[in-house]
Order: sequence, then structure tokens, then C-alpha cells
Amino acid sequence: MSNVLVVAEIHQGVVKKATYTAVTFAREAAKRTGGKVHAVALGHNIAEKAREVAAYVETVHVADHEKLAKPTAEAYAQAIVQAARASGATVVAMAATFAGKDIMPRVAALLGAGMASDVQGFVGDSGLAMRRPIQAGNVIATVEITTPIKVVTTRPTEFPAAAALGAAGTVAPLAVTIGDLKTHYVGFTAVASTRPELTDARVVVSGGRGLKEAENYKKYIEPLADKLHAAVGASRAIVDAGWVPNDLQVGQTGKVVAPDLYIAVGISGAIQHVAGMKGSKTIVAINKDAEAPIFQIADYGLVADLFKVVPELTEKL
Amino acid sequence: MKILCTIKRVTDYERKVKIAPDGSSLVTEGMNFVANPFDEIAVEEALRLQKAHGGEVICVSIGPKDAAQQIRQGLAMGADRGILVLAENLDPDAVARILVKLVEQEKPDLVLMGKQATDDDANQAGQLLAGYLGWPQATFASKTDGLDSEAEKAQKPGLVVAGGKVSVVREVDGGLETLEVTLPAVVTTDLRLNNPRFASLPGIMKAKKKPLAEIALASLGVDVTPKVKAVKYTEPPARKGGVKVENVDQLITKLKTEAKVI
Repeated sequence: MSNVLVVAEIHQGVVKKATYTAVTFAREAAKRTGGKVHAVALGHNIAEKAREVAAYVETVHVADHEKLAKPTAEAYAQAIVQAARASGATVVAMAATFAGKDIMPRVAALLGAGMASDVQGFVGDSGLAMRRPIQAGNVIATVEITTPIKVVTTRPTEFPAAAALGAAGTVAPLAVTIGDLKTHYVGFTAVASTRPELTDARVVVSGGRGLKEAENYKKYIEPLADKLHAAVGASRAIVDAGWVPNDLQVGQTGKVVAPDLYIAVGISGAIQHVAGMKGSKTIVAINKDAEAPIFQIADYGLVADLFKVVPELTEKL
Repeated sequence: MKILCTIKRVTDYERKVKIAPDGSSLVTEGMNFVANPFDEIAVEEALRLQKAHGGEVICVSIGPKDAAQQIRQGLAMGADRGILVLAENLDPDAVARILVKLVEQEKPDLVLMGKQATDDDANQAGQLLAGYLGWPQATFASKTDGLDSEAEKAQKPGLVVAGGKVSVVREVDGGLETLEVTLPAVVTTDLRLNNPRFASLPGIMKAKKKPLAEIALASLGVDVTPKVKAVKYTEPPARKGGVKVENVDQLITKLKTEAKVI
């Protein structure tokens, strides 16, 4: 058997949308291995969520265990390894969300498997050579995993969400053994926001150093974002300066986004920022420096004083 | 407590690295090399924990002979000694298994590593190490009160160590998560954990006299045959610049009628 196993991400009782982007990767992988797409759902009392995932795959293995009630890499990795064995998987994939990045290398260690992170797709018409970005997205490496089992995280922005299958797959309970845990899950604090999450948003408005001071982020970026029902983002420069929280950082070392519309305000376009947003469908750049590198990748550039044109744009939209 | 922290030699992340014409390798000749910025945060955190709890901080690098420069940087920041394992072109799995050997030799209470290296961007080594050791892990360590806080200005550690456990605030999608892991453990550091200090001139002078052990890869008995091979390097598809618009009205028109995104 050479099936492909997708790790479904269920967080705070919701199946994360990124899961279905990993399913798209898995369907392509399964074509190449000649296997079927399976999934594993992990948690405690998750029957309903597992049925939701079953609409997309051949079989969902349900690892329901009280030690899986909280998402810790230590417990989840153990269960995923058991699901990989039960499903006969030669490829084990999860979306490269924070959870995927945390858990999957540990899974690779337990399986003795090689792993490719942040995979963007396959290279060639057959085989399992994959593309992944390195060097802050400035280079794409083609990688081959040489171990019998291959562990992969997939970049959510590179794959469309899969459509449900005509007939729902099988839901198969999986009895898992989890050892004593040395990780205690204390809690989760959601960042309170009425705006859409950065990585899910259709429109993103980001601000950079051109804003000059912290208050101007609230004064100029947020009203424009509110008008467009957009998520807000930031360049690393203003995150480092402490103007905005780190989770707003768009870039290779922050969040990678690919909205329909990305508006970069007062952002010069450093390599590492561009790596995080160049997959956007339409990019607008507003900057008073006509030479700023951001204009080289923007579909629409407006060379102007942001303090004049951003309020005007907000007003007229 | 004894803390082992990693400090990888990487190509300067603010410069573009070139690809060899045949696409088989990256051209690093003439490139500037720096310490992986996430590792600098790990070293800083280790030093703050040492100040609060005592003990020893060891900086480890796996790389060419020149990686001694990055270890010396860690020593100049204040770490006590360094270990350099001479090995190149490793995948993260080989790095993790080399670190397993060093952990067995040094028996640290805590391993602190950058969440990823800015050259291969894999974000794997820390988690692999924890998996191989059977230790708990807390990745993407951050701080709730941020880098502009009073605690940060007072150079307080973001990790809270008490009763043989370390409490870590982690960055996850949509918020912050707190984990408490039993030591020994592996913790990887994210950008907003601390502002790493610069090495002072006296620090740099002192660092020259601090012990730095070089270890030959062969002496560790680790098979470094890659589990992941990079077979080709290519440029990412270029995104073409579009047009400049004259004013806000033109921009709105383009977005409505041409791009159809609003």
C-alpha cells in the first residue's frame, strides 16, 4: 500500500480551512503513488468533526483519546505515527500552519522519515520530487526525500481548498496508545480581533516604516482595513520597532499570505516581506519613494504621500 | 541550569544568494555570513536565564571551520564555551542526530534553538531533536508583553523556569498558547521573545580566551547520508511590475474594473 495520510487540524472545535489545502496536495500525491487519500482526526470527542473531514477522503482514522484533548506536539506526534502505520501511508502531510510546523518534524523523527517543509507542489509529471522555497523565498529548491515514508508540510497559499467528494469516506476509529506526557497545556488566548485572520482574509492592508510612528498605524491602516473588511498586516521593521504585535508580520519569517487584494502602505518591499505576500492576486503599493522595490512587483503603484492618499482612498471606497 | 544553544552560520539574509548556472548549487563565494538571527535570540534568552538561575551556557555550531566566528559571537555576548562540529551540507535530520550526541555528552537541562535557520528555512531541527530524545518541546517561544515592555528593557527572560519545569508562551495561529514542559526540554525561539544584545568590546576580548572545542564529525559516529536531497535550485517565478496610477480615483477604477477585486 502506498496511501497518503493527511493530518486534519482541528483547533478550538473547528476544522481549519488549511486542512483542505493539504487534501489537494494529497490527491495529487496519491495519483503519483497509486494509493488512496486517508486522513487522521485527532482530539477528544471529535466524532462530528471527523465526519466533516470524511467528506473529502477515502477513510478518516479517528484518534479519540483524552490525552489528545489538547493539541501538544508530544501527544499528537505519537498518534499520527500510529495512524500512518494503520493507513499504510508512504506520504504523511499536514498544512504548514503553526501546528503543522510544530508537530510534523517530530513525526518525522519518530518515523525515521525525511521531511520537506513548506512544499509548494510537485516537479515533473510523475514521481515525488517537490518544490519548496528557501533563502527567504529567493530560491526554489527541488527536493527528493530518500526514505520509504515521506513527511511533508504544505504551504496553504499554494493549494486551493479541495472540494468534497460525491460519497463520504469511511470513518474508522483508531485505538491509540499515548505515553506519559511531559507537556502540560496551560491555555490558549485568542488575539481579540473583529477582523478576519491574516492568513484567511480576502483583502489585506499592511503598513510599514513609511507610517513614521506607531499611532499612525491606527490612524491610517486600520480605517482603510475596516472599510474593506480586510485583515491588517505589517512589515518586519514596524514589528521589530514594537508598533504592532508580531502576529501581524507578513514575510518569510512571519506569515505567508495570498489574498485577492494586498495593499502595501509605506512598505519599501524588502526581500523578506515580499516573500510573504508575492502570491497575492492583486498588489497595490502606496509609497512616496518612486524607487522603492515594492513597485517592481505591484500591479498598481501610487507614488504619493500616504498621509494624504490613504484617507482619501478610505473615504472614496 | 545548564543550557545548550545553537548558533548557525548562514548567508546574510538581507542579500540575495546566486544560483550556479547549471542549477546544481548555490554560489556562496563572496557572500557575507552571519549568525542565524533566530539563534541570536536563543543565545540571548539563554544568557538571561543564566543570569536569573545561574549555571552554564554552551554555544554549539555545526558547520565549516569558519563557523567558529559565529560561536565567538555567542561567547562575546556572554556564553561560557563553544563546541564546533565540523560538517557541511547536512539536512536537518543529520543536524538533529549530531545534536543528540552532544546532548548525551553534555547533559543540558535545556536546549534553546532558533525556530528556523534563514538559509534553508526548514524549521525542523529543534522538533526533530526533541523527537529523537523523547523530550518535550515548545516551539516558537514568544512573549506576551512584547519587545517594547518594561520586562524586556530590564532584560528579563521570557521563559519562566520553576520547579524543574519551563513555562513557554508560544505563537500559534490566531493567538498565543502557553505550555509548561518538564525539563530537560527543547525550546525554539521566535522573533518576539527578546532583543538580542550586541557584543561589547570587553566581551569580544574575553571571548577570545573562552574555550572552543572542535569536534570531527567522524568521532561522533553519526550517519549523515541525507534523507532529503536538494537536486536542483531555480529562481522563483518573477512577478512583473504593473502600472503606476496617477491618483486615488484612477486606482479605485482599476481595482473595480480591471482587477475586479473590490
